[in-house]
Amino acid sequence: MSVTLYVPRDAVALGLGANKVARALFAGAERRGLDVTIVRTGSRGLFWLEPMVEVATPEGRIAYGPVKVSDVDALLDAGLATGGDHALRLGDPETIPFLARQQRLTFHRCGVIDPVSVEDYRAHGGYRGLEAALRLDAEGIVAAVRDSGLRGRGGAGFPAGIKWNTVMLAKADQKYVVCNADEGDSGTFADRMMMEGDPFNLIEGMTIAAVATGATRGYIYLRSEYPQAFATLKEAIANGVGAGVLGQNILGSGKDFHLEVRLGAGAYICGEETSLLESLEGKRGIVRAKPPIPALKGFLGQPTLVNNVMTFTAVPWILEHGAKAYADYGMGRSLGTLPIQLAGNVKHGGLIELAFGVTLRDVIQEYGGGTRSGRPVRAVQVGGPLGAYFPVDLLDTPLDYEAMAAKKGLVGHGGIVVFDDTVDMARQARFAFEFCATESCGKCTPCRIGATRGVETMDKVIAGIRPEANLKLVEDLCEVMTDGSLCAMGGLTPMPVMSAITHFPEDFRRAGDLPAAAE
Amino acid sequence: MARHEPWSAERASGIIAEHTHLEGATLPILHALQETFGYVDGGAVPLIADALNLSRAEIHGCITFYHDFRSHPAGRHEVKLCRAEACQAMGSEKLHREILGRLGCGWHETTADGSATVEPVYCLGLCANGPAALIDGEPVAHLTADALDEALAETKRETRQ
Ligand code: FES
Repeated sequence: MSVTLYVPRDAVALGLGANKVARALFAGAERRGLDVTIVRTGSRGLFWLEPMVEVATPEGRIAYGPVKVSDVDALLDAGLATGGDHALRLGDPETIPFLARQQRLTFHRCGVIDPVSVEDYRAHGGYRGLEAALRLDAEGIVAAVRDSGLRGRGGAGFPAGIKWNTVMLAKADQKYVVCNADEGDSGTFADRMMMEGDPFNLIEGMTIAAVATGATRGYIYLRSEYPQAFATLKEAIANGVGAGVLGQNILGSGKDFHLEVRLGAGAYICGEETSLLESLEGKRGIVRAKPPIPALKGFLGQPTLVNNVMTFTAVPWILEHGAKAYADYGMGRSLGTLPIQLAGNVKHGGLIELAFGVTLRDVIQEYGGGTRSGRPVRAVQVGGPLGAYFPVDLLDTPLDYEAMAAKKGLVGHGGIVVFDDTVDMARQARFAFEFCATESCGKCTPCRIGATRGVETMDKVIAGIRPEANLKLVEDLCEVMTDGSLCAMGGLTPMPVMSAITHFPEDFRRAGDLPAAAE
Repeated sequence: MARHEPWSAERASGIIAEHTHLEGATLPILHALQETFGYVDGGAVPLIADALNLSRAEIHGCITFYHDFRSHPAGRHEVKLCRAEACQAMGSEKLHREILGRLGCGWHETTADGSATVEPVYCLGLCANGPAALIDGEPVAHLTADALDEALAETKRETRQ
């Protein structure tokens, strides 16, 4: 009898040796005369347990991890093929508390299925959302998205239904659906995980959007830092065309949707939607002034729906289960679930999909288990490089767009980066400016010049040169950048800077103490 | 990493022609050229401009705007080290000093023996397992200076085979 083993091909698992583990498992099984099939899956997002190997048993799947090549022989001898006992045995993966306590509406297939198999996707509930959508008219689909309360998951939190409606109502011969998969925010990997682990969820979400808006062409603009996701998406799209879920006459509906993946080229700014469209058109990724909004004049001047990966991937579930079921999750005006990405100096990092409203402290302590270094948490950056640094006493803030904004922070793409007490917040503030200087598109002055002046001024602060006067200067500069920049790059760089200065003032006056301390 | 072909205008024209039917063909063309030759030769600029009916300035602007495209050949291996926050939280800054020290080169530079070119990147999506790197497109989590040495030695062996 053939045994099925599951070994992830997610980039994290690969980075921890999953390919070698898969080869060793295959060779080891062969030597023992075991007939095994190895299915390469995505990751379930329990990243401290990767590579996590699973085996199909009559009682369901049994997981082992983290598995090293050197563990393979012992595991096979312990009867891994039948779910045998071993120190690395984790049992049923779905009962691991980190996973069991989540609300996985969008990530439920990730790490479970063969990501490039349409058949496997359908066997696990795939394409029920599109089927439901095809039974509705365009207005009905848009109404479902609107009533679900879904907001753009890229960072700005703009209501998705309004965007969809605008593109639907626009008159044009050619409309486009574009996925912003330029997941450039540090500390985030939900898009990557989804594209590597369940790409058809994204493809289905985009197809529903195409049907709703009347678009027949679509692009996934993917950052080049994700070569594994690129390969997986290309394979998935080709298989989708072969299976009749993409291309002409999707699912026999008479509707066409042609989808292509395009690779970015290492520019953070291309995560900004107008800059992304410029880049997709083959130009430098320079931010466009709005209006006109992309929903009316987007790619090649045509009406274009631009949404983030996490926005599109929420849609199939919403269409399948109904807007109300989705809106039952969450709090206030932040409805549904948020795929939280817990990263940095944390013991149990990974993907945590939960209804909006969980506090930062719960995520870090209950799920993360504290820092990997074992030292106390000192600062937490939420929402990527343009997000605020929070001190420990703000960790009771719930993850909700409005609650975070009230504390001068943002949810962004849902990334949480934990720092222990060795962090120097003055250097983190300097880095925020440095990053902006490197990645600014250069179109507007506050961002282009401001970032460079910010680095210089922070250098003076760090060196202890008139720290009070120079910090005042940084504050002024931040005000100009916030008010005067064309897009979020320059407009939000002040957020990490000012939050660091506000919450960790002692780090900005250290150099001034040095002579005294040296005495 | 696959060995790159030496620059050839004829070969480049062929690659360009394969892509001209695409909407917004510039980036796909530049990626394809770089994959083939390891860099985008200056000689490609007028060829692309002609094929897409764009100005040379627009093509040149594109090549220089994006961090990925290089105008000169790189080392045999491409090492991308993540400099972003989640990796910083795991001590990437100190690690990078050590790595660059061992390799004897700086950011964007190639080692003296031509074996590796080091590029900074800002996040590889491996943020829960930092410090992270991408070596010839292969992800590496929990990077150490020794692990990098080993990975480079290993890819060297693989290229020789
Ligand atoms: S911050 Fe280094 S991989 Fe994301």
